[in-house]
Amino acid sequence: MIHAAYLMPLLPLAGFVVLAVFGRRIGDPLAGWLGTATVAASFVVACITYAGLLDRPGRHFVQTLYTWIPVGGFQVKAGLLIDPLSMTMALFVTGVSTLIHLYSIGYMKGDQDYSKFFLYLNLFVASMLLLVLGSNLLFTFVGWEGVGVCSYWLIAFWFGRPSAASAGKKAFLYNRIADVGFLVAVFLVFERTGTIEYSGIFSHIGAIDPASRTAICLLLFAAAAGKSAQLPLFPWLADAMEGPTPVSALIHAATMVTAGVYLMCRINPLLGLSHTAQLVVASIGVATAFIAATIGCAQQDIKKVLAYSTVSQLGYMFLAVGTGAYEAAIFLMVAHAFFKALLFLGAGSVIHGLDNEQDLKRMGNLRRYMPLTTVTFVVGWLAIAGIPPLAGFWAKGDVLDNAFARFPVLWAFGLATAALTAYYMTRLSALAFWGDDRWREVLQAGPARHATGGHSPEPDHGADVGTGAHGGHGGLPHEAPWVMALPLVVLAILSFVGGLLNLPWHPSWAPLRWLGPVFGARLYDAHQSGATQWVLGVVDAAVAVLGLAVAFPLWTRRPERPALEPAVLQRSWYLDDIYDALIGRPGQAMAAFTATVVENRVIDGAVNGVGRLARLAGTGLRRVQTGYVRQYALGIVVGAVVLLAFMASRAWS
Amino acid sequence: MHAFVPLLATATVVDRIVFVVAALIVLSGAFGVVLARNPVHAALMLVMTLFGVAVLFVEQEANFLAAVQVIVYAGAIVVLFLFVIMFLGVDREENLGEEPLRIQRPLAVGLIVLGLAGIITLGALGHWAVGARSVAGAAQNQSGGDVAALGRSVFTTYLFPFEITAALLVIAVVGAVVLARRPHGAALAEEDEADESADAETDLGLGTDAPVTAATGEETR
Amino acid sequence: MSVPGQWYLALAAVVFAIGALGLLVRRNVLVMFMCIELMLNAANLSFVTFSRMLNDIGGQALVFFVLVVAAAEVVVGLGIVVAIFRRRRNATADDLHLLKG
Repeated sequence: MIHAAYLMPLLPLAGFVVLAVFGRRIGDPLAGWLGTATVAASFVVACITYAGLLDRPGRHFVQTLYTWIPVGGFQVKAGLLIDPLSMTMALFVTGVSTLIHLYSIGYMKGDQDYSKFFLYLNLFVASMLLLVLGSNLLFTFVGWEGVGVCSYWLIAFWFGRPSAASAGKKAFLYNRIADVGFLVAVFLVFERTGTIEYSGIFSHIGAIDPASRTAICLLLFAAAAGKSAQLPLFPWLADAMEGPTPVSALIHAATMVTAGVYLMCRINPLLGLSHTAQLVVASIGVATAFIAATIGCAQQDIKKVLAYSTVSQLGYMFLAVGTGAYEAAIFLMVAHAFFKALLFLGAGSVIHGLDNEQDLKRMGNLRRYMPLTTVTFVVGWLAIAGIPPLAGFWAKGDVLDNAFARFPVLWAFGLATAALTAYYMTRLSALAFWGDDRWREVLQAGPARHATGGHSPEPDHGADVGTGAHGGHGGLPHEAPWVMALPLVVLAILSFVGGLLNLPWHPSWAPLRWLGPVFGARLYDAHQSGATQWVLGVVDAAVAVLGLAVAFPLWTRRPERPALEPAVLQRSWYLDDIYDALIGRPGQAMAAFTATVVENRVIDGAVNGVGRLARLAGTGLRRVQTGYVRQYALGIVVGAVVLLAFMASRAWS
Repeated sequence: MHAFVPLLATATVVDRIVFVVAALIVLSGAFGVVLARNPVHAALMLVMTLFGVAVLFVEQEANFLAAVQVIVYAGAIVVLFLFVIMFLGVDREENLGEEPLRIQRPLAVGLIVLGLAGIITLGALGHWAVGARSVAGAAQNQSGGDVAALGRSVFTTYLFPFEITAALLVIAVVGAVVLARRPHGAALAEEDEADESADAETDLGLGTDAPVTAATGEETR
Repeated sequence: MSVPGQWYLALAAVVFAIGALGLLVRRNVLVMFMCIELMLNAANLSFVTFSRMLNDIGGQALVFFVLVVAAAEVVVGLGIVVAIFRRRRNATADDLHLLKG
């Protein structure tokens, strides 16, 4: 059964090919169902492989498909590594992807590039699976780049909009810069151990000197920071919200951004040996979490709040990785996938229901009109805020407990961030679902609403933007169709019970316990007493409730509170502006300089100069041709005399 | 020649006197050619040089060549020169004082002096004549004298060059006739009028260019 | 012995030099031609001298041929001169500078 593993990436890849060739002809909604079917089948295969893995002793299986690069001393196989870590990733990636594909069938209805959307999504799932299942660094890198390019395509899906196109470019560039770290790390690993297979690297880990170990870990963390939007490479994720909401849900919440966390977990043998790297990872993680949380408190676009929330939660995951609590990191990753996807899909439902309205200040009181969405959204909200007994409380608690034991200072920041998380999520829910019907004013204003800038509404699925030409609902917010509602319900249930994956007292039946062998001795176990765990748990819950209690009354009563939304937070600590000034402008200046000076004067000058030189030489030499025969005769005599002199000198000596 | 052998001992002084006189004739003729303003004078000075050279040929027992020199060179070639001088009327005196190409004279004199010095030096260092002896046959004391020797070598060893040279002569004659021909359909009167009208720098009078109409008698350029 | 061969060779060299100088300095085409004849004669003289010094008839044969070819050359050259200078009376070698670069 386990030998069917190769089908996991193959099925979505086949879906991609079929949709690429026949997509347009299949059309809406059949293309969507086909895409969903392939990913669902992949999920089934993942389950089968999971069952097969449980049977295997040692829980470790490498399926080599073929030898990819046979070059003398550098042999790279195209192989899949099936172990608990990769299967965990594969299961929740395919599972959540199936739900989101289903959702997209309804969400993208009416879009003129319907089938293109699904083929990109399928390719994305295939690449993501290659990433997590790859048995060597290079194969993982193939998936790494694959998800990067799919992310670019999907962010810029409505490429007619300049903001979307540049957002796609921005995402790709940030990722690319980070990928330099990945490649250099691969080079370094190969130089030290002579192999890039994970099994080979870890068995030869003694060959890597400590300095290189730290370097490799930090380089791979740099790549992870780009992919998972950590400090200082996170600005792209907020802009990535230009893509359709299912894309934001799948790629920028549940799966692609977790690839960085996965990578760090995969190289845990190396990471476990380098305390410097661990400290760096944890520190940057928690710093990102805190800063992103502060920014999230002041955003007006519903998707941007969720985007910064994602960055913040990813920071938590890296905090766990840095602490050595890999199980906690994976736990949070899976739980976060559930409730973040839920939140995004819920937001998508809201946006869909309000005809592409994304500004929180123009929503309000939606609980009366979209009950199902409200309920599921509330579940997600409570989960991420960390209210027990939902998944977020247990997962975040796991991370914070281990951090408390190892890096107390970082734990304090983490706790503060938890409070902020509860605060801004409550603010989001309050503004959207409670309060007054602010959207009515928008409706009455009609097409004039477009006059205000600031946010970027999703275009009306290819149709005219802003006129509400969306099947004519009479303008009132409407509930989502069943294809969109079903995934919401499923994810809500999962967010509720997800805490069972890994409870603090480590019951033996907890599913995530099976990750143990992958991490072995590197797994940090705080071994805290039951009392300590209780106290910490209560503190976590109290902080969450505090955040909720502060935000809810504030934002249900009055939506306009400029004092609580300072510009520095709205502009994400001016990070974009700083990058623009430090890198963007100089880069453009250099490009302009190169184009005008180097291109025109140096290169063209050299080329033209050669021509000019030839002409000058010709003009100069031309003066020998006077036309006077006598002077030519003189020339002959000159030559003869020189020859004579030469011969005479030879004869003399 | 054998009868004159006893006289060779005293012949040395006479030889030298003859040499010096002939050399003087040659040199003065040469200077005359170069320095004479009137081309006819130059031609006559050339004749003097040729005679001097002929004497020197005799001195070296190349009697046949001396005769040929006088007959062909002095008799035919210089006469041809004089024909052309008279024909073209280029007997105007050349102003030796002016020289449009300023660098020409000093450079020429310097180079020639240098060249001469070089030749003399080379000759002296190279012991004047160091080649193999009698490669093509002996020159002196041949039966039949130098004429026979020359004839034998020309008609046996150098037969091919001889024939080729003959062909060359024919070609040269034909070429000269073609070159010097008058252009088509021109009257004799055209020459006088053309002389008056010729003025432009580019008017080189190449006969094969634009034809001349008999009526106007002028070149249409 | 008669006059040493070196004297003849020296004389030939001097005559050659004078001829070359004349060729470079004079502008009248026909005089330039005559200078060329001077140079040829100097060469002939030196050939005959070598013929005597080395007792080789080849030198004299060569003079023979030079003489003939010089004659042919003069014929053709004067033909060209006639063709060019038929029109103009004051033409000098300097007037033929159409090939100026």
